[in-house]
Amino acid sequence: MNDALDVALRLLVVFVVFLALPLVIGQTEHKVMAHMQGRLGPMYAGGFHGWAQLVADGVKFAQKEDIVPADADRRVFQLAPAVALLPYLLVLLAIPIGPGEGAVGEVVDAGIFFVLAVMGVSVLGSLMAGWASANKFSLLGGLRTAAQLLAYELPMLLAAASVAMAAGTVSLPGIVHAFEWWWLPWQIVGALVFFVAGLAELQRPPFDMPVADSEIIFGAYTEYTGLRFALFLLAEYAGIVVLCGLTTVLFLGGWHGPWGADGLGWVWTLLKTAVLAFVVIWLRVSYPRLREDQLQKLAWTLLVPLALAQIALTGIVKVAIN
Amino acid sequence: MNVAATAPQGFLSPTGVEIAFVLVGLVTLGAAVVTVTTRQLVHAALWLVVALGGLAVEYLLLTAEFIAWVQVLIYVGSIVVLLLFGLMLTRAPIGRSPDADSGNRPVAVAVALAAAAALVWVVVDAFRTQWIDLDQPQGTTDVTGSILFRHWVLPFEALSVLLLAALVGAIVLSRRNATRGTGSPDAGSPDAGSPDAGSRGTGPRGTGSRGADDKEQR
Repeated sequence: MNDALDVALRLLVVFVVFLALPLVIGQTEHKVMAHMQGRLGPMYAGGFHGWAQLVADGVKFAQKEDIVPADADRRVFQLAPAVALLPYLLVLLAIPIGPGEGAVGEVVDAGIFFVLAVMGVSVLGSLMAGWASANKFSLLGGLRTAAQLLAYELPMLLAAASVAMAAGTVSLPGIVHAFEWWWLPWQIVGALVFFVAGLAELQRPPFDMPVADSEIIFGAYTEYTGLRFALFLLAEYAGIVVLCGLTTVLFLGGWHGPWGADGLGWVWTLLKTAVLAFVVIWLRVSYPRLREDQLQKLAWTLLVPLALAQIALTGIVKVAIN
Repeated sequence: MNVAATAPQGFLSPTGVEIAFVLVGLVTLGAAVVTVTTRQLVHAALWLVVALGGLAVEYLLLTAEFIAWVQVLIYVGSIVVLLLFGLMLTRAPIGRSPDADSGNRPVAVAVALAAAAALVWVVVDAFRTQWIDLDQPQGTTDVTGSILFRHWVLPFEALSVLLLAALVGAIVLSRRNATRGTGSPDAGSPDAGSPDAGSRGTGPRGTGSRGADDKEQR
């Protein structure tokens, strides 16, 4: 009974985090983008700096009519948002935010593989949406999504493998336990490759050609309205949380910090995640969109060789210090 | 493999894990059958996801966690995406495609049945009375790694050579197409020639125009 209660409580906490953090990031994105672009953004809803705009957006989405195009493949079309969103909930279960048993939803033995595998599944949601919409722009978006996945998955996996080699384990808490401060310069190339490949996986600018609104009208999500579209947006923000959390855990030492590591570890994790999320937003307002072929070129001629070089470096140092 | 205990066990008092194993197996089998019998091409690929995912759950139930996640990573995450990419790139009509059937159905059924019979016979013959003790995990990353790289290094390396040969073959095939001069050699970038060059370089597009703001204008 106690075990069941424990599991239920963990699931509940992870679920609440899953619902809350993406919204926080969404609101931060509104505000940060407004300030960086020298505009105000929505300022009236709720009073202070338009804090309730997010609530208003949610109400708006919930009120809209749920339309399925006449020629669409109904079931696949309706299933796609769930396939896009749920994997991130599962991934969040495995990310540790502090030392000890209580600070992770579920300890997964092969944590890195679990996380990367399940994140890859969420791309299927975009593909299903792109195909089932019976819209050529959606199909183009789906095609670009697939091509992008095949390009970035390899460097992401290689960069993660480098950390796993350094730590001698594939469990996420195990990796953070093994972390030392000098891993930061040692694994910096891997960290950059991982982060850039992760941005491409999330289809965030500058890698947002699968949804490029000015070319293919939001790609796979063209035909979606109301709550289902909101679910896709939520998936994007949940993806930012997951990517930043993972980069923190794998490369930035998770709960390790200059001081206060006992007891305050989770603050460090959240702080690092928040800074990375800010960088994600910052990149969106700073860089123009790449073309699809430019991403392919970046992935195959730069990221993959860099990741391989990082693995070689990791191996050499690992052998040298043993 | 020395992990199997030979304790007296029977089929008549199945444990919860065994019942779950059989149920998931039935789902997997059903999804696999639908995959090859459905007349909608993309639905076949999506049912394949269910079948491959079911297989991953079976691995999990046998406590082979590492293999399970690699199964999801490689098959669901990459192979199916490649399949869908290929389908979308060539033709992926919504609805039935009755012309997708070739006349090979009897031959295919025969081959499938023969392969299934051979596999079942081999597995039953090899592990007839052995039971795996599932109370402690048997397939952790640690165990899998040491068994793979201590006892099975030679097959592992042979497989690597096989994959390398396939890779070289793929490169050779694509190069031959390129020298013939038909079509674009750049198969990896389907819209390399998309006419978006004109809209490039016009400053920070896509900034502030995605997300909720974008939906507002529609």
